[in-house]
Amino acid sequence: MVAAIKRPGWTRGLVGAIAAGAFGFGLVVALRAISDLPVFQTEQTGYPHIVVPLITAPLGFLAGFGCFDYWLRWAAGMPTIPDDHSQHGAKSWRDYFRFNTDHKVIGIQYIVTTFFFFFFGGLMAMLIRAELAQPGTQIVDAATYNSLFSTHAVLMIFVFVIPVFAGIANYVLPLMIGAPDMAFPRLNALSFWMLPLAGLLFIGSFLAPGGAFDAGWTGYAPLSTGAPLGQSFFNLGVQFAGASSIATALNFLVTIITMRAPGMTFWRMPLLVWANLSTSLLVVAATPFIAGAQFMVLLDRAVHTNFFDFAAGGDVISYQHIFWFYSHPAVYIMMLPGFGIISEVISTHARKPIFGYRLMALALIGIVVLSYSVWAHHMFVAGMFSWLRVPMMLTTLLIAVPTGIKIFSWLGTLYFGKIHTYSTAMLFALAFIVTFTIGGISGVMLGMVPIDIHVSDTYFIVAHIHFVLFGGSVFTIFAGIYHWFPKMTGRMYDERLGRVHFWGTLIGTWGTFIPMHWIGMDGMPRRVADYASQFGNWNLLISCFAFMLGAVQLVFLYNMVVSWRFGPRAEANPWRANSIEWQVSSPPPIFNFDEIPRVVGGPYEFGVPGAKHAIMAGEGAEVPAGEPSVVGSSS
Amino acid sequence: MYGRLPIVKMLLATLALTVAISAVMVSINWDGQEASTAAPQIDDLLNVMIVLSSLVFSLVLVMLFYALYKFKAKPGDESDGEPIHGNTRLEIAWTLIPTIIVLFGGGYSWKVLHDIEVKEPNALTVDVFSQQYAWSFAYPGRGYAYTQGEFHVPVNRQVQFKMHAQDVIHSFWVPEWRIKKDNVPGITTTAIVTPDKVGTYQLICTELCGFGHATMRAKVVVEPPGKFKEWVQGLKQKTPPPLMESVKQDTQTNPVDLGAGGA
Repeated sequence: MVAAIKRPGWTRGLVGAIAAGAFGFGLVVALRAISDLPVFQTEQTGYPHIVVPLITAPLGFLAGFGCFDYWLRWAAGMPTIPDDHSQHGAKSWRDYFRFNTDHKVIGIQYIVTTFFFFFFGGLMAMLIRAELAQPGTQIVDAATYNSLFSTHAVLMIFVFVIPVFAGIANYVLPLMIGAPDMAFPRLNALSFWMLPLAGLLFIGSFLAPGGAFDAGWTGYAPLSTGAPLGQSFFNLGVQFAGASSIATALNFLVTIITMRAPGMTFWRMPLLVWANLSTSLLVVAATPFIAGAQFMVLLDRAVHTNFFDFAAGGDVISYQHIFWFYSHPAVYIMMLPGFGIISEVISTHARKPIFGYRLMALALIGIVVLSYSVWAHHMFVAGMFSWLRVPMMLTTLLIAVPTGIKIFSWLGTLYFGKIHTYSTAMLFALAFIVTFTIGGISGVMLGMVPIDIHVSDTYFIVAHIHFVLFGGSVFTIFAGIYHWFPKMTGRMYDERLGRVHFWGTLIGTWGTFIPMHWIGMDGMPRRVADYASQFGNWNLLISCFAFMLGAVQLVFLYNMVVSWRFGPRAEANPWRANSIEWQVSSPPPIFNFDEIPRVVGGPYEFGVPGAKHAIMAGEGAEVPAGEPSVVGSSS
Repeated sequence: MYGRLPIVKMLLATLALTVAISAVMVSINWDGQEASTAAPQIDDLLNVMIVLSSLVFSLVLVMLFYALYKFKAKPGDESDGEPIHGNTRLEIAWTLIPTIIVLFGGGYSWKVLHDIEVKEPNALTVDVFSQQYAWSFAYPGRGYAYTQGEFHVPVNRQVQFKMHAQDVIHSFWVPEWRIKKDNVPGITTTAIVTPDKVGTYQLICTELCGFGHATMRAKVVVEPPGKFKEWVQGLKQKTPPPLMESVKQDTQTNPVDLGAGGA
């Protein structure tokens, strides 16, 4: 027991969490006692004796778990434990539950954790659709309904879509650029372990008195500043998810800029690398704004700083400006990595170089720049300065141009290629082009102020964000998971089940979200548990499709779990792709490369006679097919 | 080097598909009944955008399905495609043409936005008060006569709503008018509308405001000026002092006129 407490790990982590939580609780009690205040303050938004431990306990867990050991020893002048790489790699499933600095282990930790939250949030969506299947309230009351859709959105955005991309890139990106690991492996592990804490805070808010946070994922003040305790769980969860996101983005930036293999110039980087470079530029500069917005709400709630309290001179609308200054770039944070995945998948399965590679990379940078100048299009009816609307409308419409360039370039890539559709990844990539076009079109319409005045805060918005985030981001996530599944697990998944999952998801997505456009334009507001009976039939239809969409995700889960354990062994390069991660075994050797590869050409030189992307160590001796685990595992 | 594409046929297919989709989509009245002078202008803009969007969508579909039909690999074919890296003229085209389309849409929207917010001198002013979870209304022209849960306006006369929220943000939406504006605590927001059809409509709150949000509705009656005058003169209640405070306070804390339709 004593040994377990001395060693970093779960026991010490839990002890640390309890100790730090108790310290936070004691601090509040002691400070209030010496200030002659009632020891327990229970006004609706306060509860400092719960809020402060919510900050200290997760930090205590991280410290106990070993996330800070190396740095703390170094800072204290103690002998640091030399990294003998014994923690690298995962030999059994237990290794995924340890503090591990291997980017491949962290990548899988990310993906599995985020998919856990995906299914959890998906269950909430099923409950929401069950409630909405008929007018009136049947299953949950209005307050619980508000908690459900708020938590659904927050889980999907902050602990699924954003971090799952970080997970995929964590695994693939260092291999792609020929690097042995990420630039800061310990920071990388810390980034991951903050994520489940954020998810737990979001889900744990259901236990708070007054119920889970229910002001929407947008948490507009003053509804949020006056909400019950659950809102503070949201404010704090965002801090952990945001810190995780920012640290990972810094890690990606440094890795991409400094650790590319010799010969990999910027114009020889695969587009997935470009996409993560652009995303990271967005994350590091924009995420602090949502962290700030949520801290301001938390301080308004806990210590009455009155940032957003109009009665005390605060400004209600400024919350929305700060919030959207992050949250609009956030939609590109949730989309650009997906663009990168689609480029890899389409080029490989069409056996063609990416059409207009440089323009594709520049379009990503164009989106990054423009996305900082469009945030107020969420506020056309919010009562902000009216002159701000037209410039924001024009930048919003212009951002469709680089997005259109990407759509047409993917289509151009298909021409004169040899398109293979046997892979589920390619099916999702091709369907993504069409579904995302719909989401883009409704986005352009929403960008136009007069149309937005009518449809903002209606089901049209719900339809649009789900076409972009589900038909867009989630389709690219599925494409990426299927594409790199053989590389990550060393096994092949079942393509037949993949097809069932694909067609079910495609039909479910269209059936669920297309009719939402119609009922929105016709007058159904969003975020309502009850609605006018004229929309009853459409909502019943939507719910039926939604249940099918939910059910078919279980096929995906089954396919992944069973194939990971029992699937046929994967070759090193089952898709005959060019980029570097496919030139090593599946799964890759513990340290990625015996010798850093040399990059000698572009990443998509399909059909170019004699062209090569990279020269691997021992060039000429190809990895023997079917025996992937032998090569390189000795290093 | 490599084969030619049937560009003309593809363009014709795109146009045919555009016409087909637009014909169906434009014939449906998506937004419901039109009951203000702004409604037909917004619906026309929507229809123009539906046609342009159908063009883009059809182009994507034709390009995708022609590629899948023509360039699908034969089973067992392990060769690569043609090493085409791009086509500068094509890339310039699909940068410039969408730019022109969206800038046209932007200009058109700007004009519609301007037209629906032009203030008229003989407009009727109505104060709107929102709180969890009820609407009430005052007529400053009638000594702040006050009504709850229902309000009347005359047909064919511009109405300027001055909106005040008492607790959290609410939003004022009458779908048949196509007009929506948030009610923000601490400031006065304005919406302008000219109802042009007599009838009874529903005012819907569209900004999440708590557990009663879904049922926060009010009745809207548009009637001929004579009947309206009769109704408004029959109002017995005066606006309660706390709401009058918010009318005064709002103007004090927000003295700058922020322009038509603005805060």
